Amino acid sequence: MRTICFYFQVHQPYRLKPYRFFDIGDDHYYWDDFLNRNVMRRVAQKCYLPMNALLLELIEKHRGAFKVTFSFSGTFMDQLEAYAPDVLESFQRLVATGQVEVLSETYGHSLASLKSKEEFSRMVDQHRGKIQQLFNGYTPKVFRNTELIYSDKIGEMVYDMGYTGILTEGAKHVLGWKSPNFVYQNSIKPELKVLLKNFRLSDDIAFRFSNKTWSDYPLTVDKFINWINAIPKSEPVLNLFMDYETFGEHQWKETGIFEFMRALPQAVFSKTDFGFSTPSEVLEQVEAVSPIHVPIPISWADEERDLTAWLGNDLQDEAFDRLYELEKTVRKLDDPDLIRDWNYLQTSDHFYYMCTKFFSDGDIHSYFSPYDTPYDAFINYMNVLSDFVLRIKEKKKEVESVE
Amino acid sequence: MRVLMFGWEFPPHISGGLGTACYGLVKGMVHHNQEVIFVVPKLWGDEEPLADFVNASDVTIDYREKKFKSIWKNLTYLEVSSFLVPYLGPEEYQKFTDYAIHDRTDVDESIFTNKYQFSGKYGKNLMEEVSRYALTAAQIARDRKDFDIIHAHDWLSFPAGIAAKEISGKPLVAHVHATEYDRSGESVNPPVFEIEKAGMEAADHVVAVSQLTKNTIVRRYGIPEEKVSVLHNAVLDASIIKSKYEKKVPEKIVTFLGRITFQKGPEYFVEAAKKVLDRDENVRFVMAGSGDLLNRMIDRVAELRMGNKFHFTGFLKGDDVDHMYAISDVYVMPSVSEPFGIAPLEAVRHNTPTIISKQSGVAEVLQNAIKIDFWDVDAMADAIFALLHYQGISKMFKELGSEELKNLKWEHVAAKLVKIYEKTLAQQP
Repeated sequence: MRTICFYFQVHQPYRLKPYRFFDIGDDHYYWDDFLNRNVMRRVAQKCYLPMNALLLELIEKHRGAFKVTFSFSGTFMDQLEAYAPDVLESFQRLVATGQVEVLSETYGHSLASLKSKEEFSRMVDQHRGKIQQLFNGYTPKVFRNTELIYSDKIGEMVYDMGYTGILTEGAKHVLGWKSPNFVYQNSIKPELKVLLKNFRLSDDIAFRFSNKTWSDYPLTVDKFINWINAIPKSEPVLNLFMDYETFGEHQWKETGIFEFMRALPQAVFSKTDFGFSTPSEVLEQVEAVSPIHVPIPISWADEERDLTAWLGNDLQDEAFDRLYELEKTVRKLDDPDLIRDWNYLQTSDHFYYMCTKFFSDGDIHSYFSPYDTPYDAFINYMNVLSDFVLRIKEKKKEVESVE
Repeated sequence: MRVLMFGWEFPPHISGGLGTACYGLVKGMVHHNQEVIFVVPKLWGDEEPLADFVNASDVTIDYREKKFKSIWKNLTYLEVSSFLVPYLGPEEYQKFTDYAIHDRTDVDESIFTNKYQFSGKYGKNLMEEVSRYALTAAQIARDRKDFDIIHAHDWLSFPAGIAAKEISGKPLVAHVHATEYDRSGESVNPPVFEIEKAGMEAADHVVAVSQLTKNTIVRRYGIPEEKVSVLHNAVLDASIIKSKYEKKVPEKIVTFLGRITFQKGPEYFVEAAKKVLDRDENVRFVMAGSGDLLNRMIDRVAELRMGNKFHFTGFLKGDDVDHMYAISDVYVMPSVSEPFGIAPLEAVRHNTPTIISKQSGVAEVLQNAIKIDFWDVDAMADAIFALLHYQGISKMFKELGSEELKNLKWEHVAAKLVKIYEKTLAQQP
């Protein structure tokens, strides 16, 4: 039997409050509690609570045949504890069914894998600890990197950390004529298996579901089943990877997205030769076909599927370099307050807000940004970072004076 | 002596430096027991009662006066094809010009029978308001015969000054606080330029806020040198400001405060900052203000990789301006063209050493400041470095600068102005 692998990314950043030049050296709290709480509560009502309830219903109804996979960022889990314990509890209930796999990622939803192996593995360790703490000792076995960023080198690091599989984008420019519906291997460490997102079918649900200008609108379960059946028989796995906020937040409940998901599993069982699996199960059941070469990092963002949503323009590069030059000092000081802010400041969203690619994907960027312009985002971030640097210097002096 | 003075705004309702200068000047005149009839398009009622204020919005124009119609006819051309208002959409502009052309092809009687409610702002009806203001001025000049001389501030009230002179036959002094070349560089707005030129030509004497402005008036507007006097601005209050704000960062702070536009030279400040930071890490640069070049400056700062030491505050108002001055160690005004520029004097009041461009009028009166050419980024960097590191020079500037400020009084300015009036009156046939 062939299989569908549903993986949902669950992430919320810690958004910065408006932080002015005058605050530098004076105000050491950077986070917009009001905004962050509001976003969390809104998305909880529109997405997390109803969708968790639906998934629980489907898992119970199909008795072990329907499975899903989550990855929770550390910044999301921290905000769950602070603002939405009800949502946390419903996630815990889902994981406790045994039909849900949880993946590893970086605690701060960071881009550290592009910069430093030490920081990358520290963040992964911290994340693993948090998952164990919240989900009754659960230990993830498969890895997904921030924004599905992947390269041969990143795969090698992930393998060295003890993982046997990683998820990434089935980027056209990497696959060429090849299909994403197979299991591949890392080209440096063939023991590490690579699962690729089928971006056409994933994005049909995540982005195009309610798009009335799309020629295939409206997307019905029957239509989707036809497309699944059109996958050549030799291709064993269909990876549907998407943001969890697709359900109810990006696609409102009025679009019928919940009804679509409610009906989909039954239709898959009765009309196709597919079932549902989690990544670990796929890795056990499906043989890898060949290595895949990804010398330059890819991601799941925008039309280019590269890193340009977060890095590349002067604003982003300046902020990124200024942040990571602090890396060694922060780790050495190992102060809990500094580490907390250090984690949150690394979140990829901050760099996403500074993106100036207005033309092809500007719409989706502005949808996600609390700032009017990338310039505002840069100014605010740099002001906060300047204060953070001062705190590090202070702490360093303090530590040295004790020694 | 009694002066009929035309302005455009008066404190506390001001949007620019013009109102503040008028206030200082009137205050100085009062000090010398001179009487001023001060006309503004709109009075708010909470102005300090220094002068005999006339609210142009309250004046009813007598349509029987034939001369008014000829004044009005001469003015109507101003409105049509005026591109003064920068943010007018095409549709709105069409409506605006249609109205203007329709309304002005012949003289409408109703114009002369009603009071006109001026906004007194710099809105899209600016040109119309300027024309109406002139008509009102003619009426005032006819009603009030009790003045000796007319004084008009900047182009907005020049047509008013001209009209008042035509009606009364009294001499006119045109006061230039800024020219169209300062505001727009080489791409001057022809109707505004025309009004400025007409005002200076019609005037019996021209007053410029600096030698720099006088040079512009002579060179660009063709006004004879001997007809132009320089009358520098002053400060209302020369006392040193003890601010409640303290700096919260260990580094020194170097500040640019003003509109981020071509005229103010922000890009030279950015380049100089880079040169200083290459040598000295312990400095923060701040660009306070807003303007059409802001995003370009942010891009450049990121490109030069100094985003951690170069900050932007956005537009500052009220208390924040005071805060900014108070925590600054050096203030820089690299203006490309600044008729006077009062901001450095504010910095001096906060005991902040200043660097000003030679292309600013204030450079002519402020001795204890470092003066550089706006384009000379190396000199600017040197000066910043020196003021930050060589305590002697910044200490000297602090002490002498505040002494110097005490001599920049509006009383002195007013005394000079009275001399100019007397000379102008003496030359009358």
